[in-house]
Amino acid sequence: MRPSLLIALCVAELAGVGARAADHPTYGLGRPATPVEIAGWDIDVRADGAGLPPGHGAVSEGQQVYAHKCAACHGDQGEGSPMDALVGGFGTLATAKPVRTVGSYWPYATTLYDYVHRAMPFNAPQSLTPDQVYAVTAYVLFLNGIVPKDAVMDRRTLPRVRMPNRNGFTSPDPRPEVPRR
Amino acid sequence: MTDRSSDPPRPTRRNLLRASAAIAGSLGAGVATPGRAAAQASDNLPPNVPAWMKTQGDPVLSPPYGQPSPFEKGIVRRQRARTQTQTAASSQTPLQDLHGIITPSGLHFERHHAGVPAIDPAQHRLMVHGLVERPLIFTMDDLARFPSVSRVHFLECSGNGSFAGLPATATAQETHGLISCSEWTGVPLSTVLGEAGLKAGAAWVLAEGADASGMSRSIPIANALDDALLAYAQNGERLRPEQGYPLRLFLPGLEGNMSVKWLRRLKVGDQPFETREETSKYTDLMPDGTARQFTFMMEAKSVITFPSGGQHLPGHGFVEISGLAWSGRGRIVRVEVSADGGATWRDAALQEPVLSKCLTRFRAPWTWNGDLARLQSRATDETGYVQPTREALVDVRGLNSGYHFNAVHEWRLAADGTVTNAA
Repeated sequence: MRPSLLIALCVAELAGVGARAADHPTYGLGRPATPVEIAGWDIDVRADGAGLPPGHGAVSEGQQVYAHKCAACHGDQGEGSPMDALVGGFGTLATAKPVRTVGSYWPYATTLYDYVHRAMPFNAPQSLTPDQVYAVTAYVLFLNGIVPKDAVMDRRTLPRVRMPNRNGFTSPDPRPEVPRR
Repeated sequence: MTDRSSDPPRPTRRNLLRASAAIAGSLGAGVATPGRAAAQASDNLPPNVPAWMKTQGDPVLSPPYGQPSPFEKGIVRRQRARTQTQTAASSQTPLQDLHGIITPSGLHFERHHAGVPAIDPAQHRLMVHGLVERPLIFTMDDLARFPSVSRVHFLECSGNGSFAGLPATATAQETHGLISCSEWTGVPLSTVLGEAGLKAGAAWVLAEGADASGMSRSIPIANALDDALLAYAQNGERLRPEQGYPLRLFLPGLEGNMSVKWLRRLKVGDQPFETREETSKYTDLMPDGTARQFTFMMEAKSVITFPSGGQHLPGHGFVEISGLAWSGRGRIVRVEVSADGGATWRDAALQEPVLSKCLTRFRAPWTWNGDLARLQSRATDETGYVQPTREALVDVRGLNSGYHFNAVHEWRLAADGTVTNAA
């Protein structure tokens, strides 16, 4: 590269920084995140399914994933020993001993995909493929009687799953609700 | 020794033992017992010259990073409860043994969901993307170059306390130890979001940690642009690993879990992200089976730390009742104490500084006549909110709400000087 061209590029770069500063209050710190960098870290899945990757998984496939990756902590049928129960608890939320599971409590099926992918298995987070996560999500939903045995979960079908406790949450927070004295 | 043995009167072995026992007894539970020194304590007492005056002490840099006295080795965090794993677990601050309002960094409570990651700050990045004009990546050096602020704030886990109650043996560490208070230094989150430029529709920010749980919470944009910090320092030094080294979100006054540690990503969106930690956890189950979601505010609360559970008063007479009060809504304006279970109250003195969303130390002189006493404290914050009774809170929220238990607490002081937890 000729020196004059290099200088011209540097001037252009400085002008660009100046323009950005004028455009918006900025300290000129940090650097642009590339689409590839963002794609690698952008792992969240929203309630409406935004963020779900391509891929699919069936209940039967999920049974295999579950047996190998999940059952040791969550029980053969998701009954939850030694770790959290994933299945059951329907009708208990208003009782003295509520049992909060994926089936009885969680409002969105998409959250199950998000959480399994980011944090499970406990000893190897982010190790499952999208197909495996879809499959084990389908299986846990099946164990709860929420989807049929032949269900296949993908980015189109999972957000459509209606969770039993979908309307069980209230916000905004009404507190403080305890009166003065 | 031979010199002194010729000087009458000298202590006999029996006198020595008696003196040691008296010292140990007068210190009582809840006060560090100088075990090693006790056996020979009277050698160092008047009229004798203490051993530590007869020789040079340890040199400088012993060690380079100073530690508490070995006599204080019992003042430590303790695990909150037996859990199935030691990485998804919590530990509590020994409030009953601390003074003033600052929690030593090494005693700050812990709540981890997948352990403490070992992060090389040179390899740590913060990504800001979503509904922003300029998706950006920051190094730790980048973040440290922004204009910075330091503020003193408490951090409290919303699971601090128990609707169901705790055993009579519980200490203040066990009843209230999921709260700590530090000076936090960092860059205002609003500054960094401004650098990226918020797009129209920006309403929530997802904060994500770089631990093995990928901890993630949705933060309302109003809170993000208010007094939220991207904190990289605590009490004058870089964050401790268990507090999010090298970078954490810090949201003054809001439930601790939202102040995501080991922060690696901020994604701006137009709706909450409905993560596991804001749906299946950190939601408050009400008696009718519905659950309150996004219950962020840590309401006014207080606890007496002396006298408190597990401690022992050696005898009646003067007692300075002391404790801590705080509110996520702002400053504490009043703390009242009662020695008769809430029948009568009187104002405690508030130690300056009294800061917003910060622990406030209160003190109340009291003369114990030796009878059974029921010690309570009640905080009022600058919004006029008064800390409720357990009965009032349970009446509204039932016993399965789990989080945000901020009721008035009671310690029982028995005639023999023992202090126990009343609920």
